[in-house]
Amino acid sequence: MNYRRTKAMARKEFLHIVRDPRSLAMALAVPMMMLLLFSYALSLDVDRIPTIVYDQDGSPQSRDVTARFTGSRYFNVIALARGYKEVERAIDQGECIVAIVFPSDFSNRLRASKPTSVQILLDGTDSNTASIAMAYAESIIGGYSMELVHRTPPVEARIRVWYNTDLKSRNFIIPGLVAVILMIIASLLTSLTIAREWENGTMEQLLSTPLRPVEIVTGKLAAFFILGVADSIISIVSAVFVFDVPLRGNIVFLGVTTGIFLVGVLSWGLLISSVAKTQLMAYQMGLLSSFLPGFLLSGFIYSIDNMPVVIQVITHIVPARYFVTMLKAIFLKGVGLEVLWGELLFLLAYAAIVATLATRTLKKKVA
Amino acid sequence: MVAVENLVKRFGDFAAVDNVTFDVKPGEIFGFLGPNGAGKSTTIRILCGLLAPTSGRAVVGNFEVGRQSEQIKQTIGYMSQKFSLYDDLKVEENIDFFAGIYGVPKERRAERKEYVLKMAGILEKRGELTGMLAGGWKQRLALGCAILHQPPILFLDEPTSGVDPIARRGFWDLIYELSDAGNTIMVTTHYMEEAEYCHRLALMYRGKLVALGTPKELKREMDVKTMEEVFIQKIEEEEARLA
Repeated sequence: MNYRRTKAMARKEFLHIVRDPRSLAMALAVPMMMLLLFSYALSLDVDRIPTIVYDQDGSPQSRDVTARFTGSRYFNVIALARGYKEVERAIDQGECIVAIVFPSDFSNRLRASKPTSVQILLDGTDSNTASIAMAYAESIIGGYSMELVHRTPPVEARIRVWYNTDLKSRNFIIPGLVAVILMIIASLLTSLTIAREWENGTMEQLLSTPLRPVEIVTGKLAAFFILGVADSIISIVSAVFVFDVPLRGNIVFLGVTTGIFLVGVLSWGLLISSVAKTQLMAYQMGLLSSFLPGFLLSGFIYSIDNMPVVIQVITHIVPARYFVTMLKAIFLKGVGLEVLWGELLFLLAYAAIVATLATRTLKKKVA
Repeated sequence: MVAVENLVKRFGDFAAVDNVTFDVKPGEIFGFLGPNGAGKSTTIRILCGLLAPTSGRAVVGNFEVGRQSEQIKQTIGYMSQKFSLYDDLKVEENIDFFAGIYGVPKERRAERKEYVLKMAGILEKRGELTGMLAGGWKQRLALGCAILHQPPILFLDEPTSGVDPIARRGFWDLIYELSDAGNTIMVTTHYMEEAEYCHRLALMYRGKLVALGTPKELKREMDVKTMEEVFIQKIEEEEARLA
């Protein structure tokens, strides 16, 4: 590989980027937009669940239980119903997700030490929210009943959550989101660049010169790497300063990791670009191969442990999977190489293999 | 400077270049004449190392095609019919880029750049975007970029397509200058009047070389006045032979 030729290639590629302000603006604005959109839209937190109460008893006991729901941050009692009709209407119209119904003999049976029950109705359309709401409701009712049985308060679980003390889903989503955004942006950035040269006939010109495929690939990687670094800085800085995600790990380690990941996904775009015959095809391949695995197979939202075994195996070849794990760990746990060396090794291998494949593909096209 | 022996290039069953043999002397302007799809471009692209031949032998400079392509690429300049420049780069930036990838030594770059700008007549347009240049200027710039490293052998694939007749005439003046300076030039064309400008001509039809000689020789042999008549008669002969 000749340094001077590679440098000329990188410089030329960088000029293309600068001369196309619309694409440049896109490349820089998209990460910010995606961060904003997803971090607000993708909140998995379940709190202030709209709740309706139908108290047929109206006793101090039923009011005590209701007060426990009102006092909990997870429930927001927004209405008191006077009949099942109103309960049904509130749930059907989506005003409430949970309804609590006290039977008319609730307090009488309690006083007589007979078993009784509180009915909890749930809107199961959103099964995730419903099951979380169910667990919260159960724990409130259960706590109440324990207190009745033992006059003294029962044993309490003292829970301390590590790494994400407030259990804010944003803290867990955003580091993963940064990984997914970088994967999508980076592979789309490079996916057009070789296909464009084939379409315009400039690739043929390049191949008639002493320039070698490895120099073409390296030059293009170098130019787009600069853009990728800019995107990474934008994403990481907004994660920390706009979304208040704690960054506990070492910044240098974070930077090195991100750099290696970028080389891998940029090379993936180049590989697509040298396989595809047209820019359109390259773009579609780039979109498909970055969006789907990025969102679904990286473990960024959907836990990989809950996937079928076949899919779990497939996730092992998705680089974002490793990067998502690393970013979450670096941001929230503050761990470094001592824990994450395996993931880092994979990203290194991925970058090396894909960049080599891209060069090989380009070489084969010549003959 | 260029020697081709029984060169064949097949795409599946189709023989794009069918057993072609010729050689080109140093300083010569060697023309390839023929209708579209005759195999002119394919032959040139093989000689530039852009395509691998199916069989046969070709030597460019002192280097063998297919085995010494690295050395060949240092020795040649190639200009394709698309004037493969980058439209979103400035004129100067295109020159700098090609100087870089051809490995023009640092101390000679400024001088070579001035030469190309002057040769193409675009000294005062150096800061403009290449896409804004008119066809004739773009063509000269493309030629300039292909000779930045002063290659002894130059391949021009339909260099004058899509350019007005005056610009075309001016372009041929440049080709003569390069030839006078000792460069060997292979050029494909389908303009008959351009065929007359070549020192020697190869007529290609359906992948075969059907005639080879100086324009004078060819006209005398066929007993006609223009290259156009040579061309038509040769093709008719070939059609008759095939039928």
